[in-house]
Amino acid sequence: MAAVAAWAAAASVTLAVPDQPPSIFIVYEGTAQLGMAAATVAAIIAVVGVFGAWIPGVGARLARFAPWLTVLGLAAGAYELATAKLAWLPRPYFTSPQEVAVVFRDDAALLLESLLYSLRLLAIGFAVGAGVGFLTGVAMGWSRRVNYWLYPVARTIGPVPAAAWLPIAYVVLPTNTIASLFMIALAAWFPMALLTWSGVAGVSRSYYDVARTLGASERFLVWKVAVPAALPSVFVGLFMGLGGSFISLVVAEELGVKAGLGWYIQWALGWGEWKKAWAGLLIMVVLFSGLITLLFRLRNRVLSWQQGLVRW
Amino acid sequence: MVASPFPCTGGPGAATIEVRSLSHQFVIRGSPLPVLKDLSFSAAPGAFIALLGPSGCGKSTLLRLVAGLEPPTAGEIRVGGQLVRSPDPSRALVFQDPTLYPWRTVWRNVALGLEARGLLRTGDRRVHDALERVGLAPFARALPHHLSGGMAHRAALARALVNEPSLLLLDEPLGQLDALTRLTLQRELVRLWEGGGFTALLVTHDVDEALYLADRVLVVGARPACLIGDVLVDVPRPRHHADPRLQELRRAVLGLLGFDWM
Repeated sequence: MAAVAAWAAAASVTLAVPDQPPSIFIVYEGTAQLGMAAATVAAIIAVVGVFGAWIPGVGARLARFAPWLTVLGLAAGAYELATAKLAWLPRPYFTSPQEVAVVFRDDAALLLESLLYSLRLLAIGFAVGAGVGFLTGVAMGWSRRVNYWLYPVARTIGPVPAAAWLPIAYVVLPTNTIASLFMIALAAWFPMALLTWSGVAGVSRSYYDVARTLGASERFLVWKVAVPAALPSVFVGLFMGLGGSFISLVVAEELGVKAGLGWYIQWALGWGEWKKAWAGLLIMVVLFSGLITLLFRLRNRVLSWQQGLVRW
Repeated sequence: MVASPFPCTGGPGAATIEVRSLSHQFVIRGSPLPVLKDLSFSAAPGAFIALLGPSGCGKSTLLRLVAGLEPPTAGEIRVGGQLVRSPDPSRALVFQDPTLYPWRTVWRNVALGLEARGLLRTGDRRVHDALERVGLAPFARALPHHLSGGMAHRAALARALVNEPSLLLLDEPLGQLDALTRLTLQRELVRLWEGGGFTALLVTHDVDEALYLADRVLVVGARPACLIGDVLVDVPRPRHHADPRLQELRRAVLGLLGFDWM
């Protein structure tokens, strides 16, 4: 049970080694709670390790994650040691875990508000961009005429990073929020349109022949043959589009919008509050990786027929 | 129209086929490539016709034209008296490759024809019946990549049959199968046709298969394809591959194709 040992070590480092003397800027509080938290993690791993064997699945799962839990425990202990205890890493740029934890406690309301703002901006922008991109891609893949007019447009505008439009968008569009939404949508639109298009255009002709001899209408061919056949490619577009939206979101919030996580980080740094920047960044990490994970889950479910056909 | 000397096994739904001076050519990089030349034949309702010819002679193209997937360069095709202009669910085509949709279960692949025409009801009996006819009912919920080659071809057959076609077009449907599966499926094809109420037009390059399955074998020469022989297979069913009369006809057909040294 190396994982238990690692977390126990992290706990004892936190609790036993004295903190750096406080300065005007840095006051250490909550060290004891942090140590207790690490100890709790160790205790939970130990309990699950002992009793999990009786619950099917849990034991195996713990065994699978044990190496990671160990490394994480060691890293947490090392980081605590390098910041609060020995100050090896330059202060105040690198903040100790307890400082960040205190931010989460004291600034919870503002952080939550920022998170919701970011999430709203991202959700609307990405939904519009990906939706329009999907329809653009289907139309381009299906109709030669649409392709003639849209392909050059997509080829010209698409490769330009959405953030490049930022200065102009903020001036031309009525509000900063609309400008940001435009940028996020644009970032999602291009990969989505391109990959949906190539997916639809790449569908084997024999799939259409089969459906046509069975009496399929044009509409059926588009929505029941072309689109399902193109879905693997559409999901690649969704992943790329989502990544692009994240970039646009952060750029937009750090430069223009007066709300959201990007703004929070920028604002905190304006006051020299590095610990708050770390806290905001941490939420971003969890948010973005969480959304990507969600998309992976969705893909695995929708494309479950691919299992056994391709090697993921 | 040539009257079939055999009792008509097809039901009232089975369609006649009339092909009149049909020619077709592809244009490849600006130069025309003739594939069919002045082809004419007709078939009685409920007949089982085999079109036999060497590989690449344009047989598959003929089936695509009869199915209505492409318009012919010249000549006309009538099925059941109607001029063929576009694909129609009454003319089902079974492709060389089963081409099942990998994202649909076997059941939903077979239901495709009904769904495309807006006739599908949930838990439709007709889908189940079609699966039953080809012996795939236990695999209704499987995905295509779980099926063996023979099973995939059965599913493709069921998908073609679910629309209750009056003409079944078979484009070397057994060409990719191993010899044993092939024999089994040949027998089932005859069984389906006998109970089916449809005219069958089979394209193949396999002499034994053509003679075993069909009432009449139309022999087609190398490209551009034109008719070089019309052989009546006067052997009652059930047939046996080793039947001496079939061997005799086999020699005759191979002779027509220029293989008289065999």
